[in-house]
Amino acid sequence: MFEIFTQLADWLTYSMLGLSPQSKLGDAVHFFIEDVSKIYVLLLVMIYVIALLRASLNVERVRDYLQGKNKGVGYLSGAVFGAVTPFCSCSSIPVFLGFTSAGIPVGITMAFLLTSPLINEVAVLLLMGLLGWKITLMYVLIGLTVGILGGAFLDSIGAERWLQDFALKALQNARQRKPAGQVAAAQKLTFAQRHQFAKEEASDIFGRVWKWVIIGVGLGAALHGFVPEGWIAQHLGDGQWWSVPAAVVLGIPLYSNATGVIPVMESLIVNGLPVGTTVAFCMSTVAASFPEFILLKQVMQWRLLATVFALLLVSFTLVGWLLNVVSALM
Amino acid sequence: MKKIMVLGSGCAKCSKTAEQLEKLAQELGVEAEVSKQTDPQVIMQYGVMSTPAVVIDDQIVHTGSIPHTEEIKAWLKR
Repeated sequence: MFEIFTQLADWLTYSMLGLSPQSKLGDAVHFFIEDVSKIYVLLLVMIYVIALLRASLNVERVRDYLQGKNKGVGYLSGAVFGAVTPFCSCSSIPVFLGFTSAGIPVGITMAFLLTSPLINEVAVLLLMGLLGWKITLMYVLIGLTVGILGGAFLDSIGAERWLQDFALKALQNARQRKPAGQVAAAQKLTFAQRHQFAKEEASDIFGRVWKWVIIGVGLGAALHGFVPEGWIAQHLGDGQWWSVPAAVVLGIPLYSNATGVIPVMESLIVNGLPVGTTVAFCMSTVAASFPEFILLKQVMQWRLLATVFALLLVSFTLVGWLLNVVSALM
Repeated sequence: MKKIMVLGSGCAKCSKTAEQLEKLAQELGVEAEVSKQTDPQVIMQYGVMSTPAVVIDDQIVHTGSIPHTEEIKAWLKR
């Protein structure tokens, strides 16, 4: 189904630009054209379709659903909703407070917020298009697991005492009140409204991510064409144990969203970097970023902030090791 | 005199919303005072989770996106 993009890249690179398929430059340009055209078409079409389906899902409904759920169900559904609910990362603080002041435990709220940057429709589409369904499925399951276990862990150590005072008070007030049961009535949307929402969503998301695609694929193409063939495979290909924590640490100062990093992932895997090391690097780049963590300071004390950060780094390292071992056995 | 407040964490969309409101109020000749509110505690008290949100005379009229020009005009004319 994706061959048309290979043909397009063949034609543009070899016929129009006259580059040789054997040259490094030709290789890199081909990779770039094929991936960018494929990703753009995939994103525009699929974001529209997905938005049509989820037009009536929003954070308010998720909050009402999660309110009063028992913990086991709460962590799972918090993480799942984190993956599928559209919301902009600049809303994380209001969402955190909205959940907290509805009496939802910190762990469930964090399951939602940790999963959200890791898994979203753009990430899943890119993974499917570039790396196939097996890695996509694995990535999604890992993302959910990190959210669920991370949330459960935070509650088990009593993380709520390290919230900022006003947030903790809001949580305690909500506990004393009886659940209000003010479930926001699901609006019935007409198709025209859904279409309108989906159109805006597609142009909004595309407007935000198109440059990340160019940057990510550009880096991937550079890796593809200019890192000597076999260099990565030779030096890091055995999944040396230290390479995983090193990849995680390297990912911290690199700040990108999933859109920018997945094309790089593709290139790393093709060049022989083990899957576990690659996934650890990718998740660290996407989820462990200082600018967004500093924002959370408004609602969390340093202690909790540092705990969440450490939690992410440790889990990505464990995930990387585990995947490397499993994929070496397969 | 309408008191208009844009709730949001100071992201680009919030500033754009505030600008739009000011511009349209001027165009329509409606007296309005537009301010931005970034304090998370205040945003929480309004129970708003999706920003930018627009509050006019203490009533939440919109949440979650930059409002359309037509919507803004309708609020201002009220």
